[in-house]
Amino acid sequence: MSEEILKVENLKTYFFTASGVAKAVDGVSYTLKKGEILGIVGESGSGKSVSASSVIRLLPKTGRVVDGTILFEGKDMRKISDKELRKIRGSDISVIFQDPMTSLDPVFKVGSQMVELIRTHNKVSKEEARKIAVENLALVGIPDPERRMNAYPHELSGGMCQRVMIAMAISCHPKFMIADEPTTALDVTVQAQVLGLLKELQEKTDTAIMLITHNLGIVWKMCDTVMVMYAGKTVEFADMKELYKNPLHPYTWGLLDSIPKLSDTEKAELKAIPGTPPDLRLTGKCCNFYNRCPYATDICREQVPELVEVAPGHKVACHHQNGVETLVRGKEAASDE
Amino acid sequence: MAHTTGVLSREAQNEMLKKERRANNAWHKLLRNKMALVGFIIVCLVFLMAILAPVIAPCDPAAISPLDKLKGPGYVSSKGITHWLGTDEFGRDLLSRLIYGAQISVVVAIGSTVVGGVIGILLGLIAGYKGGLVDSIIMRIMDGMFAFPFLLLAMIMVTVLGSGIQNVIIAIGVANVPSFARMVRGQVHVVKNEEYCNAARALGEGDARILFRHILPNTISPIVVYATMNMASAILSEASLSFLGLGITPPTASWGNILTSGKGYLQTAPHLATEAGLCILITVIGFNLLGDGIRDVLDPKMKK
Repeated sequence: MSEEILKVENLKTYFFTASGVAKAVDGVSYTLKKGEILGIVGESGSGKSVSASSVIRLLPKTGRVVDGTILFEGKDMRKISDKELRKIRGSDISVIFQDPMTSLDPVFKVGSQMVELIRTHNKVSKEEARKIAVENLALVGIPDPERRMNAYPHELSGGMCQRVMIAMAISCHPKFMIADEPTTALDVTVQAQVLGLLKELQEKTDTAIMLITHNLGIVWKMCDTVMVMYAGKTVEFADMKELYKNPLHPYTWGLLDSIPKLSDTEKAELKAIPGTPPDLRLTGKCCNFYNRCPYATDICREQVPELVEVAPGHKVACHHQNGVETLVRGKEAASDE
Repeated sequence: MAHTTGVLSREAQNEMLKKERRANNAWHKLLRNKMALVGFIIVCLVFLMAILAPVIAPCDPAAISPLDKLKGPGYVSSKGITHWLGTDEFGRDLLSRLIYGAQISVVVAIGSTVVGGVIGILLGLIAGYKGGLVDSIIMRIMDGMFAFPFLLLAMIMVTVLGSGIQNVIIAIGVANVPSFARMVRGQVHVVKNEEYCNAARALGEGDARILFRHILPNTISPIVVYATMNMASAILSEASLSFLGLGITPPTASWGNILTSGKGYLQTAPHLATEAGLCILITVIGFNLLGDGIRDVLDPKMKK
């Protein structure tokens, strides 16, 4: 269980735009062990997806990994050749995308797309590949897989398409899967099914999964460890249970508070985190959460907080939660102000 | 499993899917469009005429008979042959010449579209996909070619290469390259940012594979439409070149050079130019109707 699959250290991915350098991912580290599910949580633009696409070098033209190491099974993903990378993509590492309806090529039948993928990475005959594809479709719970092989993507529903995508993703027995908001485009009832399926497959095959989401409910259901990202930086990293029991970063508190609860009275207001995330071209000089944090003090404006391990396996980047000082959740503004 | 099968049995679902496929099938849609059907029939007839020319032509298109020259339609010669469409200035049977002329038109239409299409599509794909400097270089060369009027460009090429059907095909084909390239490049720009191209890359496919297996098939419908329309203009271009004496030279029959020779006898034997002109007109209309129909079928959004 403890075999390390992916080790990312101090990853920095910047986007070089005409109006300046946007630090989309600014010094993020994490490791993934075999059979582990890591959840990456954060709001839009916090660098979740970019940190994942950096691993398989699938960045837009303006983006570049400027620093850090990415080790996949000991191989440096930043240094391997394009040819090797292509071999790894889709076989050892596969990706499940956010919108299944647009992630399948509309002009080919589902079956031929699967067969093609299988044959790209394995030396098998067309018939064998077809058999594997049908098996995989059955595995992801698609009824009547033989017939679905001949369907075009537009003939399937969103949930079905996502199942097909998952079937494609697992067809070459990946060791590591990136699921980039796999259920965002789906219906809530279908979401539960798809997630259940992912979890089930993961347990069967012992694949490591990086699950990117902004839904904390999904994290609760799926993940072993959780990384909370904000404006390109890790703000909190912990065991899933630890995070829910004892969240430390004010941003995590905000995220948790913003989920409406069944126990809320009718009149209770939905708690949102005030303000918007900072401009990524301007980050890196202070605590990025400074302008939205109810506990912020002068030091937050002047220094970038380090990611400190406050308890075994629980890291947090906050000046007031570094193991020396502690904040009390819900108690606004520290007393020294 | 049961929840997706719903109320219909599997057979009924299968049947429905088949029906829906048939209703959406491009071929069936095309045949339901009356104008497109007319175009399709005309194009088929021209192709048949070209293929079956040796069988259906009543006379040898090159057989000269000085006694029977410039006779009108329906003329019966001294040898007892009926010239349904009359004879030309050497007494050759015009119907046979027009039938053989269809061969030239069809071959030039297909040949030049294939030449222009293949080169243009390749250049357009590369330019659109690579972008940057490669794109700039390719497209600026195309712009340069666009600067010349189409016919002028073809004329220059024929003058350099010499006349003859092969050279006419090359000339018209090359003159077609820029418009193909420009159209394909635009399409590639739309398709290459689609999620499925990204997904294909994430699943380990290389550039060439993405370009030819994903991008090209997704741009094929505008290409088909354009190619069909292009055949019409290729027929016109061949006729124009032959009319100017640069294309197919007599005694080989082509609609263009029949038209040229008819020009000299407009007063005495107007049927010559009229018949050749009508052949060109009808064929071009046929290709255009077919092209319009294909566009309506393949791109419902463009329908007005």
